[in-house]
Amino acid sequence: MRYIRPLSIEDAVGQLAGSAGTAAILAGGSDLLVRMKGGFAEPELIVDIKAIDGLSEIRETAEGFSIGAAVPCAVLGENTALKKAWPGVVEAAKLIGSKQVQGRCTIVGNLCNASPAADSVPALVAAGAKAVVVGPGGRRTVPVQSVPTAPGKTSLAKGEIIEAILLDKRAPRSGDAYLRFIPRTEMDIAVVSAGVNLTLDEHGVVKSARVALGAVAATVLLVEEAAEVLIGSKLDEATLERLAKVCAGACRPIDDKRGTIEFRRKVAGVLAKRAATTAYARAGGK
Amino acid sequence: MAGVAVSTTINGDAVEYLCQPDETLLDVLRDRLGLTGAKEGCGTGDCGACSIILDDRLVCSCLVLGAEAEGRRVETIEGMAHGDTLHPLQQKFLEHAALQCGICTPGFLIAAKDLLAKNPDPTEEEIRFGLAGNLCRCTGYDKIVRAVQDAAIVMKGA
Repeated sequence: MRYIRPLSIEDAVGQLAGSAGTAAILAGGSDLLVRMKGGFAEPELIVDIKAIDGLSEIRETAEGFSIGAAVPCAVLGENTALKKAWPGVVEAAKLIGSKQVQGRCTIVGNLCNASPAADSVPALVAAGAKAVVVGPGGRRTVPVQSVPTAPGKTSLAKGEIIEAILLDKRAPRSGDAYLRFIPRTEMDIAVVSAGVNLTLDEHGVVKSARVALGAVAATVLLVEEAAEVLIGSKLDEATLERLAKVCAGACRPIDDKRGTIEFRRKVAGVLAKRAATTAYARAGGK
Repeated sequence: MAGVAVSTTINGDAVEYLCQPDETLLDVLRDRLGLTGAKEGCGTGDCGACSIILDDRLVCSCLVLGAEAEGRRVETIEGMAHGDTLHPLQQKFLEHAALQCGICTPGFLIAAKDLLAKNPDPTEEEIRFGLAGNLCRCTGYDKIVRAVQDAAIVMKGA
């Protein structure tokens, strides 16, 4: 096994693309080191991306925010501008693991680990976030929901690295929220989760919406029918009931020790309603 | 297999070591440097017994590679007391009997030190959430929380 710490993204891509055996990207290591310890990953090359210029920064640009792949989730929680613009994304990222894990874990790692129950992913999908992918063929920008393709699998090709996550600049009267269900108060894996992102018009009517559900299918679901239910409404009781029904129907969950299919469907509806209500209030809706 | 040469700072001292590329910082601390205060409980970042502070961030040293410490600052439990003078948290853990078997204690002390550095006047709830990444199977946490509360009072007065 070799450990390298390249100083440029081009060098990192070159090393990954040119490696003969299995290679792993190391940012926070909170998934990789656990898999190595358990014997589930034995990379011949570890590429630590934390010394690459710019990857440990959150940049506020004219288009919005660019969150580097090596930024720990704890830092997201300390960024006032990001928290104000995208509170749902930040609250989702802050739910990953303990204080100790927060100091290391990253949203790009959470995305690329490709767990259906990843906490930050439904919030990012609802936010319409994009991933900047750098590879031997250059740079491309893809919607985050196209990255995980199945549990533990991504659409990234050999040699490709996600450099950053992009979040748009906020339109006025916008808000997002993320909620998950776990059987305890802290530090658990989502049984069901929901992210909602809304923009209102000047009368408080929902103008655009995105609803994403986690842990109820092999990958995070972007539920377009649920967004359609919300658009044109002021989130009255009947709308919220329809939202819950559509979300419950969109789920394709499994039965496992953490929850049954029936339970997951019901809770998906409840969480979508509550997340929508919070997002609406954050957008200034009454 | 050639080792990775690392230069780092541990508890204020410049330290150099050679480690294997897949060796955790916890194993380096314990097996190469003789700093056995950090404990291995789970080895997977769930229990917090191996907590250290890396460049002002609380982390599990079992989830950090030894090679990653290059050029960084590491604080371990061994650096907490000043000579024979215990840190107020250590003193209060003793007074409140906030430990039994002691395996989790170094991790709790480091995590509590980090918590109070960032929030000198935490509520009981903030302490419980802040220390949720540290597991104790003996005391049931109440004594630990009271010791941290008491230490916070002492440290604010200092």
